Amino acid sequence: MTDVAQAPAAPGRDRLLRRTLRDPLAVVCLAVLALVIAASLAAPLLTDYAPDHSVLADTLAPMSGAHPLGGDGVGRDVMSRLLYGGRTSLVGGTLAVLVAFAVGGPLGLISGFYRGWFDALAGWAVNVIMAVPAIIVMLVVMAAVSQDLNIAMIVLGVIMAPMVFRLIRASVLAVREELYVDAARVSGLGDARIMRRHVLPVVIAPSVIQATQVFAVAIGIQAGLAFLGLGKASQASWGAMLGDAFTNVYTAPVLLVWPGAAMGLTILASSMLGNAVRDALGTTQPRVTKRPRPVVRTAAGSAVAPAEDRLLTVEGLRVAYGEKTVVDGVSITVERGEVLGLVGESGSGKSQTAFSVLGLLPYEAEVKADQLAFEGKALLSLSLDQLNALRGRGIGYIPQEPMSNLDPCFRIGFQLVEPMRKHLGLSRADARTKALELLARVGIPDPERVFRSYPHQISGGMAQRVLIAGAVSCDPRLLIADEPTTALDVTVQAEVLDLMRSLQQERHMGMILVTHDFGVVADICDRVAVMQKGRIVESAPAGQIFAAPGHDYTRMLLDSTLEGGPARGELLRPGTPLKEVTS
Amino acid sequence: MLVFLFRRIAAGAILVVVVATATFLLLSLTGSDVARNVLGETASRSAVAAKSHELGLDQPLVERYWHWAEQALRGNLGSSWFTGDSVNQSLTDTLPVTLSVVLAGMLIAAVLSVALGTAAALRGGWVDRLVQFAAVLGTAVPSFLIALVLAVTLAVQLGWLPATGYVPLATSPGGWLRSITLPALSLAVAATAATAMQVRGALIDVLRADFVRTLRSRGLTTRSVVFRHALRNAAPPALTVLALQFIGLIGGAVVVEKVFGLPGIGTLAQSAAVRGDAPVLLGTVVVTVVIVVAVNLLLDIAYGWLNPKVRVS
Repeated sequence: MTDVAQAPAAPGRDRLLRRTLRDPLAVVCLAVLALVIAASLAAPLLTDYAPDHSVLADTLAPMSGAHPLGGDGVGRDVMSRLLYGGRTSLVGGTLAVLVAFAVGGPLGLISGFYRGWFDALAGWAVNVIMAVPAIIVMLVVMAAVSQDLNIAMIVLGVIMAPMVFRLIRASVLAVREELYVDAARVSGLGDARIMRRHVLPVVIAPSVIQATQVFAVAIGIQAGLAFLGLGKASQASWGAMLGDAFTNVYTAPVLLVWPGAAMGLTILASSMLGNAVRDALGTTQPRVTKRPRPVVRTAAGSAVAPAEDRLLTVEGLRVAYGEKTVVDGVSITVERGEVLGLVGESGSGKSQTAFSVLGLLPYEAEVKADQLAFEGKALLSLSLDQLNALRGRGIGYIPQEPMSNLDPCFRIGFQLVEPMRKHLGLSRADARTKALELLARVGIPDPERVFRSYPHQISGGMAQRVLIAGAVSCDPRLLIADEPTTALDVTVQAEVLDLMRSLQQERHMGMILVTHDFGVVADICDRVAVMQKGRIVESAPAGQIFAAPGHDYTRMLLDSTLEGGPARGELLRPGTPLKEVTS
Repeated sequence: MLVFLFRRIAAGAILVVVVATATFLLLSLTGSDVARNVLGETASRSAVAAKSHELGLDQPLVERYWHWAEQALRGNLGSSWFTGDSVNQSLTDTLPVTLSVVLAGMLIAAVLSVALGTAAALRGGWVDRLVQFAAVLGTAVPSFLIALVLAVTLAVQLGWLPATGYVPLATSPGGWLRSITLPALSLAVAATAATAMQVRGALIDVLRADFVRTLRSRGLTTRSVVFRHALRNAAPPALTVLALQFIGLIGGAVVVEKVFGLPGIGTLAQSAAVRGDAPVLLGTVVVTVVIVVAVNLLLDIAYGWLNPKVRVS
């Protein structure tokens, strides 16, 4: 039974080790550490001098056969002190790691597993320990208890135990949330068994990373203490060497190089080894780069001249992410004052098409089009400034999810005023007046209050009205609405749709309405383009689509919507018998 | 908000008391005869006993603690066993030095980490990789090693800035700035590295947020979207990390002060530790913890101010 339980963890660890070793940097780090360890162990073989044997005549002796690295400020052999100092550092670092894990590990396990009063108490103790700089605690301890650096490192292990405690506790809490621990408990496994079988394997890899960090920090702090002159004189250490070298910095600055390099390399090797393990684990932050504007590629000049009076012309639009093409040759047009419904299931490419017009696709997207023109202006060849002059002013955008589309850190008033001041050149007071008018226009009962509110203080329906107000604030000729009612309560949906239609008619705006809901289409659209798998499969006046759908896919979408609207996911599988879905 | 602040202050006060008590007890553990240490090996037995009585060391531990605590609450942290100097006076003399260096270090870290973190998040590619690599180096290398390198190269070899000594701000602002530049820089490296990574991560998350796309759809300039909206949203998590760095900076200052020959509380604590001068050490610890608590409180307030959900509810 135990063997079976251990089995899943073992290959995981092997894989981790192998993946780590594939990283050349990790191999270098391991080699450096191995070299330091070997040199420290072999110290008696590599030098004949005792590290604290002082010969007055050798004070600041130059490098020679007898003293390969010369003599220090009080005539001790630098080579010997470097080698034996390595022992002090390695032993100290190891002691700190062992103690930190011996103390923090079990406490973290218990805290995370049982929680309750023990967890509260331990959490409080951790905060106390972490509130005092470690080196000051060490000064107190060394003054009170012992000048021995090894004892100091044991105490440092206790001081650093909170780091381990937090890590283990968090991991255990995460595992505990997983269902299988509950399942294991139900099936009658004891707590100790659960910890060994389910918790331990999860905790091992992060612990390795943490250990390398504790090791590196401990070596640094130990050297700092020794540099300050603490520690027994008989204990050779890199820190003490640095201290001695520093007092002779004007006469023999080279003495700083050896202990400094040894310490720096050891710490870096240990710390970067931890990083390599993390990378091998794949828990590193994704290296996603984000640019303010997607890089777009324009196809060679199109033969078709854009119609000047037409609001929007899209021809042969292609959007691809690497190998994956999500929009494949889409052509649509929008006349002034016309509402085009862009309909399709999730992943059909309708939102991607809409975002292409705004130039708001992610950085990774590759956009090509035979023609992508707004009022005769080729959008793909605009500079960022030119595009920004158009966004908001020429083309407005209404997003799907109201709450996540308002900046939580700024008042609603500011978010409305900012674009108007930029595009319309309004003064602060004029923009404020206009914003309040807009808020009243979109049906907000108390514009003054909402103007002063932060987004978290208003409801979702309210927020969507605010976003609509924002979209029309600079009098755009084209509105792009991406599923504007999907995230709202059913009761609010109709109101918001009414609002959008009345605004559209009042201002004679063209509009692209992205939706999967034919109910919405019937309410408001003049024309409909149906998208499937990145292509337009049918495009016709709205009445015609409802009366005589020309494409099977359109019929299927239509059927499913009119049957009371299945969940969006259902539409993803065209094979599903639609009649079974009822409301 | 007020209740929240009050609770934080109460928690901070308890923390100070607990740390002070623990330090007092720890320092009383020392087995050596303090009066003998103070007077030296040649002192007579009766002189040692008299000294012991003078320092109050012949009294029971609990009584000594109460006496110390009572005085400390009145703002009197006692006097050094060895020199007889008032601990208050020593701290008043040394604290400005340490605070100058640490706060300047925090300032450098705040500015640099925002610049580097933003550059890494926005530029991506090699800039991002370079910043990430530098951050790993910066967090790993102890500040005093950086201080040594800076002292030897920029101060001793090139003579650009003073290698040792402190000039009070009141004496000469320029001299003050020159005297704290290198120590503050050495301290800032690790804090910058850690905070820059946090800024980078938070900014990448925020730039992926829906509202950023909506802001861009309104035609706002990149400058406004990134520096006004995105950075503002990324600030709270970055501030939390910076607050944690403050404790590390004070610890680093203890050793860095020695490198640059600055008469700060680190130097005070170090000489007290070497001698075994408990009242001075105790005073240093108490003041350090009070400062840490105060700074955390300030950052809590800043955090609440940055976060409308905390501020307006």
